[in-house]
Amino acid sequence: MIAGISIYEILTVTSILFFIGVYGFLTRKNLISILMSIELILNASVINFVVINKYLYPDMLQGVVFSIFIIAVAAAETALAVAIIINLYRQIASVEIKDTEIMKY
Amino acid sequence: MNFSNFLLMRHEILLLAITLLLLVGEIFIHKNKKGSLVHLAIFLFGIHTAVGFLQIEESSLFGGMFRTNNMIHFFKNVLNIGVFILLLQSAEWLQEKIVNQDRGTEFFILLFSSLLGMYFMISSGDFLMFYIGLELSTLPVAALAAFETSKRISSESGIKLILSAALASGVSLFGISMLYATSGSIYFNEIVEVISASNLTVLGFFLFFAGLAFKISLVPFHFWTADVYEGAPISVASYLSVISKGAAVFILMILMFTIFKPLMHVWENMVYVVAIATMFIGNLFALRQQNMKRFLAFSSIAQAGFILLGLITGTQLGVATIVYFVLIYIFSNLAAFGVVQAISLKTGKENMDDYNGLYRTNPNLSLVMMLALFSLAGIPPVAGFFGKFFLFTAAASKGYYLLVFLAVVNVTISLYYYLLVIRAMFIRKNENPIPFFKNKLYMRLGLLITVVGILVLGLYSPLYDYIYELSSFLN
Repeated sequence: MIAGISIYEILTVTSILFFIGVYGFLTRKNLISILMSIELILNASVINFVVINKYLYPDMLQGVVFSIFIIAVAAAETALAVAIIINLYRQIASVEIKDTEIMKY
Repeated sequence: MNFSNFLLMRHEILLLAITLLLLVGEIFIHKNKKGSLVHLAIFLFGIHTAVGFLQIEESSLFGGMFRTNNMIHFFKNVLNIGVFILLLQSAEWLQEKIVNQDRGTEFFILLFSSLLGMYFMISSGDFLMFYIGLELSTLPVAALAAFETSKRISSESGIKLILSAALASGVSLFGISMLYATSGSIYFNEIVEVISASNLTVLGFFLFFAGLAFKISLVPFHFWTADVYEGAPISVASYLSVISKGAAVFILMILMFTIFKPLMHVWENMVYVVAIATMFIGNLFALRQQNMKRFLAFSSIAQAGFILLGLITGTQLGVATIVYFVLIYIFSNLAAFGVVQAISLKTGKENMDDYNGLYRTNPNLSLVMMLALFSLAGIPPVAGFFGKFFLFTAAASKGYYLLVFLAVVNVTISLYYYLLVIRAMFIRKNENPIPFFKNKLYMRLGLLITVVGILVLGLYSPLYDYIYELSSFLN
C-alpha cells in the first residue's frame, strides 16, 4: 500500500498502459516494436494483479503469485518470438512488416 | 505422502514420460538410425492412447488447481485419438524431410509439450493453471509453425502465430485481473459463488473471452488463421485446426457453463452475434480460395461458428451436441488434411486446380477426400450430418429459430465450395493430372481410421447417449 495513492489512480495508469500496448500492436510497422507493445500489455496485467492483491485482498497472495508466473511466461514468449524474428531476418534481412508479408487475402 | 493421488494425472505423467524417453533416445540413438525414433514415438503414443481409456476416479489435486472427472477424461481421450491419427499421417513427412536434418525428435517434443499444455488447460481448476496450460499449448505450436526454417513462408506464419497469440493471451490476462478484482479469487469454485453481472465483471469476461476466441478463431480474431495454415507445415496446420481448436472449445464450454453461467443473459447476445459473423465470414471467404490449406482454414472458421450454436443453449443438450460435433469434426478434418498432406508430400501441389482429374489417377484418395468434405458439409449418410443436425436441434429447442435458419443458409453456401473440390476431382479433365502414387503404411492407416470414424460415428448411436450421460456434470 502506497500512502496517498488510491487504487483508482494506479488502475487508471495500468488501463492507459494496456491501451498504449494495444494501439502500438495495431500501428507499429516493426516486428520488435510490436513485441515491445505486447510486453506493455502483459506488464499492465502484472501491475493490475499486484495492486488488486495489495489493496483489496491483502490476506492472500494469489495475485502476486499469478504475476510471477506471468513474468516467467512472458519471458519465454519473447524468447521464442525473437528466435523466429532472427530466423526471418536471416532470410530477408529486414524486420519491417512490409517486407515480411507475402501472404495476404 | 500418498502417491496414488498422482494416478489422477495419469495422462499428463505418461505423456511427460514419453517425451523424456524420446529425448533420451535422441541422445543415444546413432545418427543414421534416427528414423527409428518416428516408429518409437508412434508406438509409445499408441500405447498412451490405449491406456488412456482406463477408468479414472473423479477428484481434484493441489488444493483444487487440477481437477478431473469422466467428462474431462473423455476430452483428453478425444484429443489423444486426434493426435495419434495426426502422427500416423505425418510419419512419412517426418521420415523423408525432417529426420535427415536431424530434427525429428524436436517435432515430437514440441507436439507433446503442446498436448500436455492442453491437458492442463482442460483440467484446470483455477485461472493460474488455465493460463499456464494455455501458454504451454500455444508456444510450442508457434515453434512448430516456423519449423521449416529454410522456408520464408514458414517463418512468417510462425511470427504471425506467436504475435497474435501473445496479444490474445495478454488481453485475456487483463480480463482475468478484472475478474480477480471483483471476486477476490482465482479459483473457479470460489468465483462461481460470488460472481454477478457488475460492469467490471462483464468487461473482464469479454476480455477473457477474446483470448479463447482467438484460439478457436472466431470472427473478430480470425485474421491469423488462413496465413498461419498456409505457411506452416501441413501436419502443424492440421494440429492447429483440429486438436488446438478442439481443446479450446472444451475449456471454453466448461468455463461458460460453470463459472460464467450467472452471466448467461449477457453472453447469450454476444455469442449470437459472433456465431452469425463467424459462419458468414468463414463461408464467404472460403468461396474464393484456391490454395487447399487456406480453403480448409476458412472452412474450419465456419465450422467454429456452428459450434457456437450449441454453446448458446447453455444446457446439457448443448454440451453433448458440441462434444459430439467436435469429435466428428476431428475425424473429418483430419481426413481432409491427410489427403492434402499425402498429395503435397508426393507432388508439392496444393492448389485446387491441381486436383483436377484426381479420381482417374488416385481413386482411393479422392474417395477419402469426398467422404471428408461430405462430412464437413453435412450430407446425410456420413457422420457430419448428425453432428450438425443435433447442434441445430439444440439451438432450436431454446427457440433460436432465426439463428438456425441462418446456419442452414450457411450450410448451403458451404456445400457449394465443398462441391467445387469434388467437381475438380471427379468431373474436371486435366492434361497432366497428379500421377498415381502409393502411400506408405502409416498414411494409409491414418486415413483408414478417419474414414471408419466418419462412417461409424454417425450411425453408432450409443456413443451419443454415452456423451449425453457424461455431460450431466455441467448442470
